[in-house]
Amino acid sequence: MFPRPLVAQGAQPRIVVIGGGFAGATAARFLKRTDTRLDVTLVEPNPIFTACPFSNEVIAGLRDMRVQLFRYDHIAGDGVAVVHQAAAAVDSQARIVTLGNGTKLNYDRLVLAPGSDPRFDALAGYDEAASERMPHAWKAGAQTLLLRRQLAAMEDGGTVVMALPALPYRCPPASYERASLIAYYLKTKKPRSKLVVLDAKDTFSMQRLFENAWKELYPNLEWMPASSGGNPNGVDVAAMTVSSDFDTYKADVANVIPPQKAGRIAELAGTADRTGWCPVEPVTFESRLVPGIHVLGDAAIAGAVPKSAFASNAVAKICAAAVARLVRGETPATPKFVNTCYSVVAPDYGFSIAGVYQPVNGQWLEVEGAGGVSPVDVPRAFRSQEAKFANGWFNTITSEIFG
Amino acid sequence: MPGMKAHYAVVSGMLVCAGMTPAHAAEAPPGAASCSGCHAAKPNVDTLVPRLAGQDAGAMVTAMQAYRSGQRPATVMDRIAKGFSDDEIKAIAAWFSAQP
Repeated sequence: MFPRPLVAQGAQPRIVVIGGGFAGATAARFLKRTDTRLDVTLVEPNPIFTACPFSNEVIAGLRDMRVQLFRYDHIAGDGVAVVHQAAAAVDSQARIVTLGNGTKLNYDRLVLAPGSDPRFDALAGYDEAASERMPHAWKAGAQTLLLRRQLAAMEDGGTVVMALPALPYRCPPASYERASLIAYYLKTKKPRSKLVVLDAKDTFSMQRLFENAWKELYPNLEWMPASSGGNPNGVDVAAMTVSSDFDTYKADVANVIPPQKAGRIAELAGTADRTGWCPVEPVTFESRLVPGIHVLGDAAIAGAVPKSAFASNAVAKICAAAVARLVRGETPATPKFVNTCYSVVAPDYGFSIAGVYQPVNGQWLEVEGAGGVSPVDVPRAFRSQEAKFANGWFNTITSEIFG
Repeated sequence: MPGMKAHYAVVSGMLVCAGMTPAHAAEAPPGAASCSGCHAAKPNVDTLVPRLAGQDAGAMVTAMQAYRSGQRPATVMDRIAKGFSDDEIKAIAAWFSAQP
Protein backbone atom coordinates (compact mmCIF):
# COMPACT_ATOMS: atom_id res chain seq x y z
CA MET A 1 0.00 0.00 0.00
CA PHE A 2 2.79 2.44 0.88
CA PRO A 3 5.65 3.11 -1.53
CA ARG A 4 9.15 1.89 -0.91
CA PRO A 5 10.86 3.51 2.06
CA LEU A 6 13.27 6.10 0.73
CA VAL A 7 15.33 6.54 3.90
CA ALA A 8 16.28 2.88 3.99
CA GLN A 9 17.80 3.19 0.52
CA GLY A 10 20.10 5.93 1.79
CA ALA A 11 18.54 8.59 -0.44
CA GLN A 12 17.55 11.93 1.04
CA PRO A 13 13.80 12.12 0.42
CA ARG A 14 12.82 15.28 -1.44
CA ILE A 15 9.68 17.05 -0.31
CA VAL A 16 8.47 20.12 -2.18
CA VAL A 17 5.91 22.38 -0.53
CA ILE A 18 4.07 24.89 -2.74
CA GLY A 19 2.56 27.87 -0.93
CA GLY A 20 3.99 29.70 2.08
CA GLY A 21 0.84 30.55 4.03
CA PHE A 22 -0.39 29.15 7.32
CA ALA A 23 -0.58 25.61 5.94
CA GLY A 24 2.45 25.46 3.65
CA ALA A 25 4.92 27.35 5.81
CA THR A 26 3.94 25.21 8.81
CA ALA A 27 4.29 22.02 6.78
CA ALA A 28 7.74 22.96 5.46
CA ARG A 29 9.05 23.91 8.88
CA PHE A 30 7.64 20.87 10.66
CA LEU A 31 8.76 18.44 7.96
CA LYS A 32 12.34 19.57 8.50
CA ARG A 33 11.89 19.60 12.26
CA THR A 34 10.32 16.13 12.26
CA ASP A 35 13.14 14.60 10.24
CA THR A 36 16.34 16.52 9.54
CA ARG A 37 17.23 14.06 6.76
CA LEU A 38 14.37 15.33 4.61
CA ASP A 39 15.30 17.65 1.76
CA VAL A 40 12.52 20.24 2.07
CA THR A 41 11.91 23.04 -0.45
CA LEU A 42 9.28 25.73 0.09
CA VAL A 43 8.09 27.40 -3.11
CA GLU A 44 6.44 30.78 -2.51
CA PRO A 45 6.56 33.74 -4.91
CA ASN A 46 6.26 36.47 -2.27
CA PRO A 47 9.32 37.26 -0.14
CA ILE A 48 6.97 38.63 2.51
CA PHE A 49 3.84 36.90 3.78
CA THR A 50 0.76 39.02 4.54
CA ALA A 51 -1.44 37.32 7.13
CA CYS A 52 -5.17 37.46 6.50
CA PRO A 53 -6.42 36.90 10.08
CA PHE A 54 -6.85 40.32 11.73
CA SER A 55 -6.70 42.06 8.33
CA ASN A 56 -10.33 43.09 8.98
CA GLU A 57 -8.91 45.33 11.70
CA VAL A 58 -6.57 46.85 9.13
CA ILE A 59 -9.58 47.60 6.90
CA ALA A 60 -11.34 49.27 9.83
CA GLY A 61 -8.27 51.40 10.60
CA LEU A 62 -7.68 49.66 13.93
CA ARG A 63 -4.43 47.95 13.04
CA ASP A 64 -1.30 48.71 11.10
CA MET A 65 -0.65 46.50 8.08
CA ARG A 66 2.98 46.17 9.14
CA VAL A 67 2.10 43.79 11.98
CA GLN A 68 0.53 41.47 9.39
CA LEU A 69 3.84 41.00 7.54
CA PHE A 70 6.21 38.07 8.05
CA ARG A 71 9.43 36.95 6.42
CA TYR A 72 10.65 33.42 5.69
CA ASP A 73 14.15 33.90 7.16
CA HIS A 74 13.64 31.69 10.19
CA ILE A 75 12.11 28.91 8.11
CA ALA A 76 15.17 29.06 5.85
CA GLY A 77 17.32 29.16 9.00
CA ASP A 78 15.86 25.79 10.01
CA GLY A 79 17.29 24.26 6.84
CA VAL A 80 14.30 24.60 4.49
CA ALA A 81 15.27 25.74 0.98
CA VAL A 82 12.98 28.72 0.38
CA VAL A 83 12.53 29.55 -3.30
CA HIS A 84 10.73 32.77 -4.17
CA GLN A 85 9.23 31.68 -7.45
CA ALA A 86 5.72 30.83 -8.59
CA ALA A 87 4.99 27.19 -9.33
CA ALA A 88 4.05 27.01 -13.02
CA ALA A 89 3.40 23.30 -13.57
CA VAL A 90 3.32 19.92 -11.88
CA ASP A 91 4.10 16.66 -13.68
CA SER A 92 2.65 14.15 -11.25
CA GLN A 93 3.84 11.17 -13.32
CA ALA A 94 7.50 12.19 -13.44
CA ARG A 95 7.14 13.92 -10.06
CA ILE A 96 8.57 17.24 -11.21
CA VAL A 97 7.51 20.79 -10.32
CA THR A 98 8.41 23.49 -12.85
CA LEU A 99 8.86 27.00 -11.48
CA GLY A 100 8.10 30.30 -13.18
CA ASN A 101 11.76 30.77 -14.11
CA GLY A 102 11.94 27.32 -15.70
CA THR A 103 13.73 25.58 -12.81
CA LYS A 104 12.64 21.99 -12.33
CA LEU A 105 12.35 20.43 -8.89
CA ASN A 106 12.11 16.67 -8.46
CA TYR A 107 10.03 15.45 -5.58
CA ASP A 108 9.24 12.22 -3.81
CA ARG A 109 6.23 13.84 -2.19
CA LEU A 110 4.61 17.16 -3.03
CA VAL A 111 2.60 19.24 -0.57
CA LEU A 112 0.24 21.76 -2.16
CA ALA A 113 -0.98 24.61 0.00
CA PRO A 114 -1.97 27.27 -2.55
CA GLY A 115 -4.93 28.67 -0.61
CA SER A 116 -8.05 29.76 -2.42
CA ASP A 117 -8.51 31.90 -5.52
CA PRO A 118 -11.52 34.07 -6.34
CA ARG A 119 -13.73 32.63 -9.07
CA PHE A 120 -13.93 35.43 -11.58
CA ASP A 121 -16.52 33.52 -13.64
CA ALA A 122 -19.10 33.04 -10.91
CA LEU A 123 -20.73 36.41 -10.25
CA ALA A 124 -21.98 38.33 -13.32
CA GLY A 125 -19.75 41.33 -14.00
CA TYR A 126 -17.19 40.47 -11.32
CA ASP A 127 -13.85 39.73 -12.96
CA GLU A 128 -10.30 40.57 -11.96
CA ALA A 129 -10.57 44.13 -13.33
CA ALA A 130 -13.79 44.62 -11.33
CA SER A 131 -11.95 43.63 -8.16
CA GLU A 132 -9.79 46.74 -8.57
CA ARG A 133 -12.95 48.88 -8.20
CA MET A 134 -14.86 46.56 -5.88
CA PRO A 135 -12.17 44.84 -3.84
CA HIS A 136 -12.75 41.38 -2.42
CA ALA A 137 -9.92 41.83 0.09
CA TRP A 138 -10.15 38.08 0.70
CA LYS A 139 -6.43 37.71 0.12
CA ALA A 140 -4.51 40.02 2.44
CA GLY A 141 -2.27 42.62 0.84
CA ALA A 142 -2.99 45.23 -1.82
CA GLN A 143 -6.72 44.34 -1.80
CA THR A 144 -6.91 44.93 1.97
CA LEU A 145 -5.29 48.35 1.65
CA LEU A 146 -7.48 49.25 -1.33
CA LEU A 147 -10.66 48.60 0.66
CA ARG A 148 -9.26 50.54 3.60
CA ARG A 149 -8.47 53.53 1.35
CA GLN A 150 -11.92 53.43 -0.24
CA LEU A 151 -13.62 53.47 3.16
CA ALA A 152 -11.38 56.31 4.32
CA ALA A 153 -12.16 58.33 1.18
CA MET A 154 -15.93 57.79 1.35
CA GLU A 155 -18.07 60.81 2.30
CA ASP A 156 -20.08 60.52 5.48
CA GLY A 157 -23.62 59.50 4.57
CA GLY A 158 -22.43 56.93 2.04
CA THR A 159 -23.51 53.33 1.62
CA VAL A 160 -21.13 50.40 1.85
CA VAL A 161 -22.38 47.20 0.22
CA MET A 162 -20.86 43.81 1.01
CA ALA A 163 -21.64 40.69 -1.04
CA LEU A 164 -21.04 37.29 0.59
CA PRO A 165 -20.94 33.95 -1.25
CA ALA A 166 -22.41 30.54 -0.47
CA LEU A 167 -20.29 27.89 1.29
CA PRO A 168 -17.63 26.63 0.98
CA TYR A 169 -15.09 29.42 1.00
CA ARG A 170 -12.12 30.61 3.04
CA CYS A 171 -12.95 31.39 6.68
CA PRO A 172 -16.69 32.18 6.45
CA PRO A 173 -16.93 33.73 9.97
CA ALA A 174 -14.42 36.36 8.86
CA SER A 175 -17.02 37.81 6.49
CA TYR A 176 -19.31 38.59 9.44
CA GLU A 177 -16.37 39.84 11.47
CA ARG A 178 -15.57 42.16 8.56
CA ALA A 179 -19.17 43.39 8.39
CA SER A 180 -18.97 44.12 12.12
CA LEU A 181 -15.70 46.02 11.88
CA ILE A 182 -16.79 48.04 8.84
CA ALA A 183 -19.92 48.93 10.85
CA TYR A 184 -17.62 49.91 13.73
CA TYR A 185 -15.60 52.13 11.42
CA LEU A 186 -18.73 53.81 10.05
CA LYS A 187 -20.25 54.26 13.49
CA THR A 188 -17.15 55.91 14.89
CA LYS A 189 -15.88 57.82 11.83
CA LYS A 190 -18.83 58.27 9.46
CA PRO A 191 -21.95 58.05 11.61
CA ARG A 192 -24.47 58.99 8.91
CA SER A 193 -23.30 56.09 6.70
CA LYS A 194 -24.67 52.57 6.53
CA LEU A 195 -23.65 49.05 5.59
CA VAL A 196 -25.82 46.62 3.62
CA VAL A 197 -24.70 42.99 3.64
CA LEU A 198 -26.07 40.89 0.78
CA ASP A 199 -25.69 37.22 1.63
CA ALA A 200 -26.11 34.05 -0.40
CA LYS A 201 -26.76 32.23 2.91
CA ASP A 202 -29.61 32.19 5.42
CA THR A 203 -27.61 30.92 8.36
CA PHE A 204 -23.99 31.14 9.40
CA SER A 205 -21.54 30.15 12.10
CA MET A 206 -21.83 31.97 15.47
CA GLN A 207 -24.96 33.67 14.10
CA ARG A 208 -26.61 34.46 17.44
CA LEU A 209 -23.40 35.93 18.78
CA PHE A 210 -22.96 38.13 15.73
CA GLU A 211 -26.61 39.18 15.61
CA ASN A 212 -26.63 40.04 19.31
CA ALA A 213 -23.51 42.16 18.84
CA TRP A 214 -25.07 43.90 15.84
CA LYS A 215 -28.25 44.60 17.81
CA GLU A 216 -26.21 46.01 20.65
CA LEU A 217 -23.58 47.94 18.69
CA TYR A 218 -24.47 48.38 15.04
CA PRO A 219 -27.90 49.73 14.08
CA ASN A 220 -26.12 50.91 10.90
CA LEU A 221 -25.67 47.31 9.66
CA GLU A 222 -28.41 45.67 7.62
CA TRP A 223 -27.95 41.94 6.90
CA MET A 224 -30.02 40.61 4.00
CA PRO A 225 -30.11 36.80 3.95
CA ALA A 226 -30.93 34.88 0.76
CA SER A 227 -34.48 34.25 1.94
CA SER A 228 -35.05 38.01 2.12
CA GLY A 229 -33.70 38.45 -1.41
CA GLY A 230 -30.14 39.15 -0.33
CA ASN A 231 -28.45 36.61 -2.59
CA PRO A 232 -25.94 38.66 -4.64
CA ASN A 233 -26.16 37.76 -8.32
CA GLY A 234 -24.08 40.38 -10.14
CA VAL A 235 -22.29 43.69 -10.15
CA ASP A 236 -22.09 46.68 -12.48
CA VAL A 237 -18.75 48.32 -11.93
CA ALA A 238 -19.48 51.39 -14.08
CA ALA A 239 -22.72 52.09 -12.23
CA MET A 240 -21.21 50.99 -8.89
CA THR A 241 -24.17 48.73 -8.18
CA VAL A 242 -24.51 45.28 -6.68
CA SER A 243 -27.68 43.41 -7.54
CA SER A 244 -29.43 40.76 -5.51
CA ASP A 245 -32.33 38.49 -6.36
CA PHE A 246 -34.81 41.26 -5.39
CA ASP A 247 -33.10 44.61 -5.81
CA THR A 248 -30.16 46.66 -7.01
CA TYR A 249 -28.02 48.50 -4.50
CA LYS A 250 -25.99 51.62 -5.29
CA ALA A 251 -22.70 51.50 -3.44
CA ASP A 252 -20.22 54.18 -2.53
CA VAL A 253 -17.89 51.38 -1.51
CA ALA A 254 -18.49 47.77 -2.53
CA ASN A 255 -16.71 44.81 -0.96
CA VAL A 256 -17.53 41.80 -3.10
CA ILE A 257 -16.39 38.44 -1.77
CA PRO A 258 -16.89 36.14 -4.74
CA PRO A 259 -17.24 32.35 -4.73
CA GLN A 260 -13.84 30.68 -4.54
CA LYS A 261 -11.89 27.60 -5.56
CA ALA A 262 -8.57 26.00 -4.75
CA GLY A 263 -5.50 27.97 -5.84
CA ARG A 264 -4.61 27.52 -9.51
CA ILE A 265 -1.65 25.17 -9.12
CA ALA A 266 -3.97 22.64 -7.41
CA GLU A 267 -6.08 22.59 -10.55
CA LEU A 268 -3.00 22.36 -12.81
CA ALA A 269 -1.73 19.43 -10.76
CA GLY A 270 -5.02 17.61 -11.31
CA THR A 271 -5.90 17.56 -7.61
CA ALA A 272 -9.07 19.71 -7.87
CA ASP A 273 -12.37 18.05 -8.71
CA ARG A 274 -15.39 19.56 -10.47
CA THR A 275 -16.23 21.64 -7.39
CA GLY A 276 -12.89 23.43 -7.79
CA TRP A 277 -11.63 22.10 -4.45
CA CYS A 278 -9.30 19.19 -3.65
CA PRO A 279 -10.62 16.04 -2.01
CA VAL A 280 -8.03 14.42 0.31
CA GLU A 281 -7.60 11.38 2.51
CA PRO A 282 -7.73 11.99 6.24
CA VAL A 283 -4.55 11.25 8.24
CA THR A 284 -2.14 11.89 5.35
CA PHE A 285 -4.01 14.65 3.46
CA GLU A 286 -2.93 12.85 0.30
CA SER A 287 -5.00 13.78 -2.73
CA ARG A 288 -7.81 11.36 -3.57
CA LEU A 289 -7.11 12.11 -7.23
CA VAL A 290 -3.31 12.19 -7.58
CA PRO A 291 -0.99 9.93 -5.57
CA GLY A 292 2.15 11.47 -4.09
CA ILE A 293 0.53 14.90 -3.73
CA HIS A 294 -0.81 16.12 -0.38
CA VAL A 295 -3.17 19.11 -0.27
CA LEU A 296 -3.47 21.32 2.80
CA GLY A 297 -5.26 24.43 3.95
CA ASP A 298 -8.08 26.27 2.23
CA ALA A 299 -7.57 24.40 -1.06
CA ALA A 300 -8.50 21.04 0.46
CA ILE A 301 -11.90 19.57 1.15
CA ALA A 302 -11.37 17.22 4.07
CA GLY A 303 -14.72 16.40 5.64
CA ALA A 304 -15.44 18.73 8.54
CA VAL A 305 -12.00 20.40 8.58
CA PRO A 306 -12.66 24.16 8.62
CA LYS A 307 -11.01 26.53 6.16
CA SER A 308 -9.29 28.51 8.89
CA ALA A 309 -5.72 29.57 9.62
CA PHE A 310 -5.82 27.64 12.89
CA ALA A 311 -6.91 24.41 11.22
CA SER A 312 -4.45 24.91 8.36
CA ASN A 313 -1.59 25.11 10.87
CA ALA A 314 -2.90 22.11 12.82
CA VAL A 315 -3.39 19.81 9.84
CA ALA A 316 -0.05 20.87 8.36
CA LYS A 317 1.65 19.45 11.46
CA ILE A 318 -0.37 16.24 11.09
CA CYS A 319 0.54 16.01 7.41
CA ALA A 320 4.23 16.68 8.14
CA ALA A 321 4.31 13.81 10.65
CA ALA A 322 2.48 11.52 8.20
CA VAL A 323 4.75 12.36 5.25
CA ALA A 324 7.87 11.83 7.38
CA ARG A 325 6.54 8.37 8.26
CA LEU A 326 5.51 7.53 4.70
CA VAL A 327 8.98 8.20 3.31
CA ARG A 328 10.40 5.93 6.03
CA GLY A 329 7.98 3.24 4.87
CA GLU A 330 5.96 3.44 8.09
CA THR A 331 2.22 3.75 8.64
CA PRO A 332 1.12 7.19 9.87
CA ALA A 333 -0.39 7.41 13.36
CA THR A 334 -4.08 8.20 13.75
CA PRO A 335 -4.24 11.94 14.42
CA LYS A 336 -6.63 14.27 16.16
CA PHE A 337 -6.69 18.06 16.29
CA VAL A 338 -8.35 21.12 17.77
CA ASN A 339 -9.59 24.16 15.88
CA THR A 340 -10.39 27.47 17.54
CA CYS A 341 -11.52 30.51 15.54
CA TYR A 342 -11.97 33.90 17.10
CA SER A 343 -14.05 36.73 15.72
CA VAL A 344 -13.44 40.23 17.05
CA VAL A 345 -16.45 42.45 16.29
CA ALA A 346 -15.28 45.60 18.10
CA PRO A 347 -12.19 46.49 20.09
CA ASP A 348 -12.33 44.37 23.24
CA TYR A 349 -15.33 42.34 22.02
CA GLY A 350 -14.57 38.82 20.80
CA PHE A 351 -16.08 35.35 20.69
CA SER A 352 -15.09 31.98 19.33
CA ILE A 353 -16.03 28.68 17.82
CA ALA A 354 -14.01 25.59 18.69
CA GLY A 355 -14.05 21.97 17.59
CA VAL A 356 -12.14 18.75 18.13
CA TYR A 357 -11.66 16.63 14.99
CA GLN A 358 -10.78 13.01 14.34
CA PRO A 359 -10.95 10.68 11.34
CA VAL A 360 -13.92 8.29 11.40
CA ASN A 361 -14.49 5.81 8.56
CA GLY A 362 -12.18 7.65 6.19
CA GLN A 363 -13.48 11.13 6.91
CA TRP A 364 -12.70 13.96 9.33
CA LEU A 365 -15.57 14.45 11.76
CA GLU A 366 -16.09 16.63 14.79
CA VAL A 367 -16.00 14.79 18.12
CA GLU A 368 -19.56 14.90 19.39
CA GLY A 369 -20.20 16.64 22.68
CA ALA A 370 -17.09 18.78 22.32
CA GLY A 371 -16.52 22.19 20.78
CA GLY A 372 -19.20 24.73 19.95
CA VAL A 373 -19.51 28.48 20.26
CA SER A 374 -18.98 30.96 23.09
CA PRO A 375 -21.92 31.23 25.50
CA VAL A 376 -24.58 33.77 24.56
CA ASP A 377 -25.38 35.26 27.95
CA VAL A 378 -22.13 36.32 29.52
CA PRO A 379 -20.85 39.61 30.92
CA ARG A 380 -18.85 41.90 28.63
CA ALA A 381 -15.69 40.95 30.53
CA PHE A 382 -15.95 37.48 28.95
CA ARG A 383 -16.00 39.04 25.45
CA SER A 384 -13.07 41.22 26.41
CA GLN A 385 -11.12 38.19 27.59
CA GLU A 386 -11.80 36.35 24.32
CA ALA A 387 -10.66 39.40 22.33
CA LYS A 388 -7.40 39.29 24.26
CA PHE A 389 -7.07 35.54 23.59
CA ALA A 390 -7.69 36.24 19.90
CA ASN A 391 -4.75 38.64 19.84
CA GLY A 392 -2.63 36.15 21.74
CA TRP A 393 -3.56 33.44 19.25
CA PHE A 394 -2.32 35.57 16.32
CA ASN A 395 0.99 36.28 18.06
CA THR A 396 1.44 32.64 19.02
CA ILE A 397 0.62 30.99 15.72
CA THR A 398 2.64 33.44 13.64
CA SER A 399 5.57 32.99 16.04
CA GLU A 400 5.39 29.22 15.62
CA ILE A 401 5.34 29.47 11.83
CA PHE A 402 7.56 32.46 11.07
CA GLY A 403 9.32 33.31 14.36
CA MET B 1 19.80 -7.53 43.15
CA PRO B 2 17.38 -8.02 40.26
CA GLY B 3 15.98 -4.49 40.44
CA MET B 4 19.45 -3.01 40.05
CA LYS B 5 20.21 -5.17 37.03
CA ALA B 6 17.08 -3.95 35.26
CA HIS B 7 18.07 -0.38 36.06
CA TYR B 8 21.46 -0.81 34.43
CA ALA B 9 19.85 -2.31 31.36
CA VAL B 10 17.63 0.76 30.93
CA VAL B 11 20.56 3.15 31.38
CA SER B 12 22.74 1.41 28.83
CA GLY B 13 19.84 1.37 26.38
CA MET B 14 19.48 5.11 26.77
CA LEU B 15 23.18 5.66 26.17
CA VAL B 16 22.99 3.75 22.90
CA CYS B 17 20.06 5.91 21.78
CA ALA B 18 21.83 9.13 22.75
CA GLY B 19 24.92 8.11 20.79
CA MET B 20 22.85 7.53 17.67
CA THR B 21 21.13 10.96 17.81
CA PRO B 22 18.09 9.95 15.76
CA ALA B 23 17.35 12.30 12.86
CA HIS B 24 13.63 12.14 13.36
CA ALA B 25 12.01 13.72 16.40
CA ALA B 26 9.55 11.95 18.68
CA GLU B 27 6.02 12.47 17.43
CA ALA B 28 3.48 14.34 19.53
CA PRO B 29 0.53 12.19 20.72
CA PRO B 30 -2.86 12.70 19.00
CA GLY B 31 -4.19 16.23 19.55
CA ALA B 32 -1.01 17.64 21.11
CA ALA B 33 0.39 19.30 18.00
CA SER B 34 -2.61 21.63 17.67
CA CYS B 35 -2.25 23.05 21.22
CA SER B 36 0.62 25.27 20.09
CA GLY B 37 -1.82 27.26 17.96
CA CYS B 38 -2.69 29.10 21.20
CA HIS B 39 -0.15 27.84 23.78
CA ALA B 40 3.16 29.22 22.60
CA ALA B 41 5.98 26.75 22.14
CA LYS B 42 8.53 29.54 22.56
CA PRO B 43 8.86 31.92 25.48
CA ASN B 44 8.42 35.69 25.01
CA VAL B 45 5.28 35.51 22.89
CA ASP B 46 2.83 38.31 23.71
CA THR B 47 -0.22 36.35 24.96
CA LEU B 48 -2.18 35.72 28.14
CA VAL B 49 -2.33 31.99 27.37
CA PRO B 50 0.21 29.97 29.40
CA ARG B 51 2.95 27.88 27.83
CA LEU B 52 2.57 24.13 28.35
CA ALA B 53 6.17 23.04 27.79
CA GLY B 54 7.81 21.85 30.96
CA GLN B 55 4.66 22.11 33.09
CA ASP B 56 3.81 19.46 35.64
CA ALA B 57 1.96 16.59 33.92
CA GLY B 58 -0.29 15.85 36.92
CA ALA B 59 -1.38 19.48 37.15
CA MET B 60 -2.19 19.54 33.44
CA VAL B 61 -4.29 16.37 33.74
CA THR B 62 -6.16 17.79 36.74
CA ALA B 63 -6.79 21.08 34.89
CA MET B 64 -8.06 19.34 31.75
CA GLN B 65 -10.38 17.09 33.75
CA ALA B 66 -11.74 20.10 35.64
CA TYR B 67 -12.31 21.96 32.35
CA ARG B 68 -14.07 18.91 30.97
CA SER B 69 -16.40 18.54 33.94
CA GLY B 70 -17.14 22.27 33.99
CA GLN B 71 -15.67 22.57 37.48
CA ARG B 72 -13.04 25.01 36.29
CA PRO B 73 -14.40 28.09 34.52
CA ALA B 74 -13.04 28.83 31.05
CA THR B 75 -13.76 30.73 27.87
CA VAL B 76 -12.83 27.93 25.45
CA MET B 77 -10.90 25.17 27.26
CA ASP B 78 -14.13 23.64 28.59
CA ARG B 79 -15.32 23.13 25.01
CA ILE B 80 -11.97 21.69 23.92
CA ALA B 81 -11.40 19.39 26.91
CA LYS B 82 -14.70 17.60 26.22
CA GLY B 83 -13.13 16.16 23.07
CA PHE B 84 -10.44 14.19 24.89
CA SER B 85 -10.43 10.97 26.96
CA ASP B 86 -8.43 10.52 30.16
CA ASP B 87 -5.83 8.48 28.31
CA GLU B 88 -5.46 11.10 25.60
CA ILE B 89 -5.15 13.86 28.19
CA LYS B 90 -2.48 11.92 30.08
CA ALA B 91 -0.46 11.32 26.92
CA ILE B 92 -0.66 14.99 25.91
CA ALA B 93 0.29 16.14 29.43
CA ALA B 94 3.25 13.76 29.58
CA TRP B 95 4.47 14.96 26.20
CA PHE B 96 4.28 18.67 27.08
CA SER B 97 5.91 18.17 30.46
CA ALA B 98 8.88 16.62 28.66
CA GLN B 99 9.26 19.54 26.24
CA PRO B 100 12.02 22.09 26.91
